[in-house]
Amino acid sequence: MVMPMPFSTEDLSIYYGEFQAIKNISMGFPAASVTALIGPSGCGKSTFLRSLNRMNDEIAGSRSTGHIWMDGIDLTASGTDVIKLRQRIGMVWQRPNPFYKSIYENIAFGPRYYGIKNRKQLDEIVETSLRRAALWDEVKDRLKESALALSGGQQQRLCIARALSVNPQILLLDEPASALDPVSTGKIEELITELKKDLRIVIVTHNMQQAARVSDYTAYFYLGTLVEHGETDQIFTNPEKNSTQEYIMGRFG
Amino acid sequence: MEHSKVTPREAQRRRLPLEKHRIEDWIGRIYTSVCVVFLIATIVSIVYFVTSKGVATFAVNGVGIMDFLFGTRWAPDASPPAFGAMPAIAGSFLVTLLAALIASPLSIAAALFMTEIVPTFGKRILQPAIELLSGIPSVVYGFIGLTLIVPFLRDHVGGQGIGVGAGALVLSIMILPTITSVAADALANLQRGQREASYALGATRWQTIYRVVLPTVLPALLTGIVLGMARAFGEALAVQMVIGNAPFIPTSLLESASTLTSIITLGMGNTAMNSIQNNALWSMALVLMLMTFVFIMIIRLLERRNRI
Amino acid sequence: MTTQTQILRSKARKRAKTADKVATVVIIVFALSIVAILLGLIGFIMFRGLGHISWHFLTSNPQTIREGGGIGPPLFNSLYLLVLTMIITIPLGLGGGIYMSEYAKPGKITSFIRLVVEVLSSFPSIVIGLFGLLVFVNTFELGFSLLAGALALTIFNLPLMVRITEQAFAGVPREQKEAGLALGLSKWKIITSIMLPVAIPSLVTGTILAAGRVFGEAAALLFTSGMTTPPLNFSDWNPLHPRSPLNPLRPAETLATHIWKVNSEGLAPDAIQIAAGASAVLVIMVLLFNLFARWGGRTLYRYMTASKRMN
Repeated sequence: MVMPMPFSTEDLSIYYGEFQAIKNISMGFPAASVTALIGPSGCGKSTFLRSLNRMNDEIAGSRSTGHIWMDGIDLTASGTDVIKLRQRIGMVWQRPNPFYKSIYENIAFGPRYYGIKNRKQLDEIVETSLRRAALWDEVKDRLKESALALSGGQQQRLCIARALSVNPQILLLDEPASALDPVSTGKIEELITELKKDLRIVIVTHNMQQAARVSDYTAYFYLGTLVEHGETDQIFTNPEKNSTQEYIMGRFG
Repeated sequence: MEHSKVTPREAQRRRLPLEKHRIEDWIGRIYTSVCVVFLIATIVSIVYFVTSKGVATFAVNGVGIMDFLFGTRWAPDASPPAFGAMPAIAGSFLVTLLAALIASPLSIAAALFMTEIVPTFGKRILQPAIELLSGIPSVVYGFIGLTLIVPFLRDHVGGQGIGVGAGALVLSIMILPTITSVAADALANLQRGQREASYALGATRWQTIYRVVLPTVLPALLTGIVLGMARAFGEALAVQMVIGNAPFIPTSLLESASTLTSIITLGMGNTAMNSIQNNALWSMALVLMLMTFVFIMIIRLLERRNRI
Repeated sequence: MTTQTQILRSKARKRAKTADKVATVVIIVFALSIVAILLGLIGFIMFRGLGHISWHFLTSNPQTIREGGGIGPPLFNSLYLLVLTMIITIPLGLGGGIYMSEYAKPGKITSFIRLVVEVLSSFPSIVIGLFGLLVFVNTFELGFSLLAGALALTIFNLPLMVRITEQAFAGVPREQKEAGLALGLSKWKIITSIMLPVAIPSLVTGTILAAGRVFGEAAALLFTSGMTTPPLNFSDWNPLHPRSPLNPLRPAETLATHIWKVNSEGLAPDAIQIAAGASAVLVIMVLLFNLFARWGGRTLYRYMTASKRMN
């Protein structure tokens, strides 16, 4: 038997009522790398991503079978403390969703909740997180201002900084750049490449160029199944399955 | 990483053994549940107390239910006392129906005006104004009735001025805002497409309103009217101030009469707890409560139709 | 044949056009007459009442038989009772509303609770007053008192507060909640620290509007807070003293009950003027509540979202 990777799914299925949105998916996410999930709308890639930190639990009528392994712990087991596991998995969405609080508070909120009360330490975390999200220089003089006053691209980087503030081991990105202009998108992509040194990143994207640019591994989803999964170069240049090729070519063309 | 010294694992260790997030969630769950339980306990005890006190008239004091509901003589202090609530019940229904008859066409016209004829002005100016009017306290309406409507009726129509007519007028003014805002909401929520399809077929505005808009929103309009009637039926002070409070079934709109609420309002302070006179008032409250249930049932039925 | 149809058609069109014109005129006349009636009524109250309002009127004691009575204590009682009511209602209403919006799962129990809220909000206020008399005044032995009145008004106001809270929380973008979840916050922490600040503007607007409704309520108070006010010593602010205006266990007539009392059993020769003045004050207060609610909600929203300094 092969040891499951430190972060992987095993035979994972997600149901919404009677509808099976995800069908028996087993895949691993290697450390220090970016895995891109691609596929047409409704293929289940976002559902799959959201199930990785059990955000699906919040949707009434959803249930899952199979396992999600993280350092030998089964995240789907009934006794698992979902809240605690989410503290180790950061998430960023398509639309930026900063808290209705100051820039500083957006970052300091999580660490403070985790028990860090020391002001100096918090200041440090805010600065580090904002630097890692490449936002520090733009906002360092207005940390007390409302986060909602930032531009869309800045807000998105703030959300990444917020996710980083609690030092997650995994970062889930759900089309993080699709609502942004090209300049902001470029910044986010640079950021992803920079961040993967310390993190496992899983990104859902509709943009094939983006998937090719930022990811090390690519997984192609279709109708809730994992059609093909492998190194990005191989998937994009020499896919095994026809449907993968068609999707990628169609998208490129 | 500069702050690697505070990895989540370490932060976890710093936390108290009873984990914070679990305690918090318990607090939230218990606090909100207690509030809901309080809410349910309140309604259960209201229903229980009103019912048990209201039934005491029949169970303890031996008044016949039929004599109470259909008896036409209300004389709690006579000997022997008579507890016929028919005058009050008839008065309540009469003022409520009259008020709805007066207010409904006016309100629906106002709602049509707000949404179909001057939608922008309607939404920005008239809707807030109507909402404001629904906030005016009922004693103020009663005072208006007493100083404006009653003298007007007395001088120009006849009689004493007080009576069913005055009560119905005051109530109709009170429920105008209620019906208007429900109707306006329903009309505003109607999908634009339906209306435009009708105009595209060359229909005039009135044809569109009459054939497309009104039939579609009819259940919602009825809901508004029933809501208004429920408010009118339960209103106490404004009616009591202008209706005259004579315990007889009125034969004319200009005759003094009474309602369930007006008899309760006037009688409750003058009767001793647990006396038959007092219990009879509770029986009237029970009738009011049962009517509330009826109104809610009608509204629910209408809403169900509205959804289909 | 065709020409006949055409003639018929054009006749029908003409008739439709006439009907349209008539209907439009009728609607406008009806609507304008409502506006005229309502404006007339407000104008009437102001016209009758404003002349009677003076500093003396607002601060002096009511008189039973003599002329020149004021509305000082009733006005104070109304405000104080409102504060007491809101102190009890807001925590309960927030809890109930949060439960409905965040904890309740769709099902039988939830629809039962919804029915309870609906029933409670449609109860005639006089029935709630009777219940208060039976339970708070007699069973709890609070007597005719501000506290009994506040409890009755709480029942009167609670369903509205629950609905306001539920709607305010339902209006918070789902993404806010998700952001909190992803950060590993507990549900309760998300509700209190992430969602509550977003919901505050509409909570404030709704609460102030509800307060306006409470302020004018009389029927629920006649038999709970009573129709009299004992002589008050406005220099004694110890809530435990019997003469203190703050004593929650003393009876208190409010502005609204005072208007009712003056109208139905007023013996003073200037009863009508007093009622008019008091009504005008009541209407002005309700107007102020309305304006304040709208302004407050807007300002808070701007404050929460704009680039102001905040923490």
